[in-house]
Amino acid sequence: MTVRIQIEDFDLGYELMSMRLAGHGSKESIGALVSFVGQVRELNDGDAINTLTLEHYPEMTEKALTAIENEAKMRWDIIDSLIIHRVGTLKPQDQIVLVAVTSAHRGEAFNACEFIMDYLKTSAPFWKKEATSQGERWVEAKLADDAAKERWESHAG
Amino acid sequence: MNIKILYFARIKEAVNYSTEELDLPSDISTVTALKHHLSQRGANWANLFNGKQVIRAAINHTLVDDLAKIQAGDEVAFFPPVTGG
Repeated sequence: MTVRIQIEDFDLGYELMSMRLAGHGSKESIGALVSFVGQVRELNDGDAINTLTLEHYPEMTEKALTAIENEAKMRWDIIDSLIIHRVGTLKPQDQIVLVAVTSAHRGEAFNACEFIMDYLKTSAPFWKKEATSQGERWVEAKLADDAAKERWESHAG
Repeated sequence: MNIKILYFARIKEAVNYSTEELDLPSDISTVTALKHHLSQRGANWANLFNGKQVIRAAINHTLVDDLAKIQAGDEVAFFPPVTGG
C-alpha cells in the first residue's frame, strides 16, 4: 500500500514490474496486476489544451489516498496497491496518475483498481486548471464522477 | 476560539489569499455557521459562501459535511469539488 505525490514523471514499465515481482517467495502469490493510467487530454471541451496545472492540499492528499487504499483492501482480497499522482504543470499526453493493484486472481484487482480511481476522482483534494488559447480555466467537477463513486456505495463489492 | 482556515483553487483566487488565522465568535461551532460568518465579509465573500456555489470543507485534513463541529485549534479548509485523476 503505497501513495506517492510528485512533480516528476514516473516510469510506467518500472513501476508495474516492481509491483508484479514484489513479494517473490512470500505465501501471497501474485497472479494478477491491474493498472490504470490517466493522461492529459490534447483536447478538452473542444479546445486544444496547452498545459494542465494540478493544485493539491499537501497535508490532506496522502491521508485521503491512503484511506481509499485501505477501504479497497477491506473490500477485496488484494495483495498490494500503488497510487502515484502528479502535481504541478503538465503538457498534453503527460501521465497524471497511476493506480496499480495486485491480487491472486484478476477479479479482485479489476474491481479494486476501478474503486480506487472512482474514489480518487471524488474525494482526493486535487484541482485541475487548464490553459488554452482562450486563457486559463478551472476544470469543473463532473456529475458522472459522483455517479461512478455512488455505484460502490450501493453494493458491497 | 482560534482556528486556521485554508482556501484552495478558485476559492483561493477569489479571496486572494490561501490561509488565515481567525478568532471565531463563540456562537460559531459548525461549518455552516462559519460559511455564514465568512459570507458577511463583503460582496465577494457573500458570492462564495451564500450557499449557491458548492464548496466542500475539510477539518483537520478529513472531508466533512456542513453540520460538522469546529473546535479550537482546528484547521478548516474550503475548496471546490475536487477534479484530480
